[in-house]
Amino acid sequence: MASSETAQHDAIVADLKNRFGARIIDVDRSFGDCTIVVDKLAIHEVLAHLRNEKAFDLLMDMAGVDCMNLPSFRERFELNYMLYSVPNNVRLRVEVPVAELDMDVPTATDLWRSANWAEREAFEMFGFNFVGHPCLKRLLTHHEFKGHPLRKDYPIMAGQWCSSTSDMSEELNEPR
Amino acid sequence: MGIKQDLLNPITKDETGIITTRLDEIVRWGRKNSLWPLPFGTACCAIEFMGVVSSDYDISRFGAELVRFSPRQSDVILVAGTINYKLAPVLKRIYDQIAEPKYVISMGACACSGGFYDNYATVQGIEQIIPVDVFIPGCPPRPEAIMDAILKLQERIEKEPVPRRGTPRRHEVVEKLRDNQD
Repeated sequence: MASSETAQHDAIVADLKNRFGARIIDVDRSFGDCTIVVDKLAIHEVLAHLRNEKAFDLLMDMAGVDCMNLPSFRERFELNYMLYSVPNNVRLRVEVPVAELDMDVPTATDLWRSANWAEREAFEMFGFNFVGHPCLKRLLTHHEFKGHPLRKDYPIMAGQWCSSTSDMSEELNEPR
Repeated sequence: MGIKQDLLNPITKDETGIITTRLDEIVRWGRKNSLWPLPFGTACCAIEFMGVVSSDYDISRFGAELVRFSPRQSDVILVAGTINYKLAPVLKRIYDQIAEPKYVISMGACACSGGFYDNYATVQGIEQIIPVDVFIPGCPPRPEAIMDAILKLQERIEKEPVPRRGTPRRHEVVEKLRDNQD
């Protein structure tokens, strides 16, 4: 039987700190959750390690955060990976601070297929540039949309008209 | 003919069983009582519309029960739900495909004004895309309100001149009016 989630978090944190050292910027434990803040340079390594060695086989969701005007933050943006391990029944959040002037983040599509659309959404809403993504284009907004609507400096009332429909041939032809 | 005389006010019937009327009247009468709706349902308003079509409220009493899912077979498009900018060209295209005469009912707060979706994605009222005949307020509107809208539309059709060949089409008139407004 798998040990408790808190105990598993302890083990994972200890292992990551031992393996990646200063690349693990911070660890936040609160309300039974565990958030690991990782340097962008090591994010793909850390995610690959978590998936391959720690059995985090499910990327539940990805979320961008615009920290503009927040009292304390590392960089303007942060990117959160919500991971879940089905065999061990443990959840983990991996956070990456991303600077406004360098929005490149390595893609996680090679690790989890679900990262494909999650990254497209994070790209269109915040402008993260996922290096190596197979089809990094807008997911929810239309193809003529300009800007990234969940950025705090986006003019929210700027209605952007769409003049034409678009087919989904690229999505339909994606390998399954 | 199986037409009740009291339904056809301007129509006269003599002893021989021949009905005489004006063409405009009979065309209007036919249009008014056979509004085939195309439900452009994108949100909860469409669920409310199902109730209106079903037996409890039964809009077939007003001749508008024959729901068609093809613009080529319908007379009135009932936009029920939130329309976002990505969907706007689709709605316009479907409206364009409906044959004249065509009518538009904008059902619920979202279709009429964007509702509480005052954001980057939602069209703030479908009248920015297509001309609307009747607006139904509510979130969602009561079935009675939808029936009222159909009756209002019928009143309007009763008074409307039947276009002759060569006269401008209804949407052309609306578009011209809108251009003058701008």
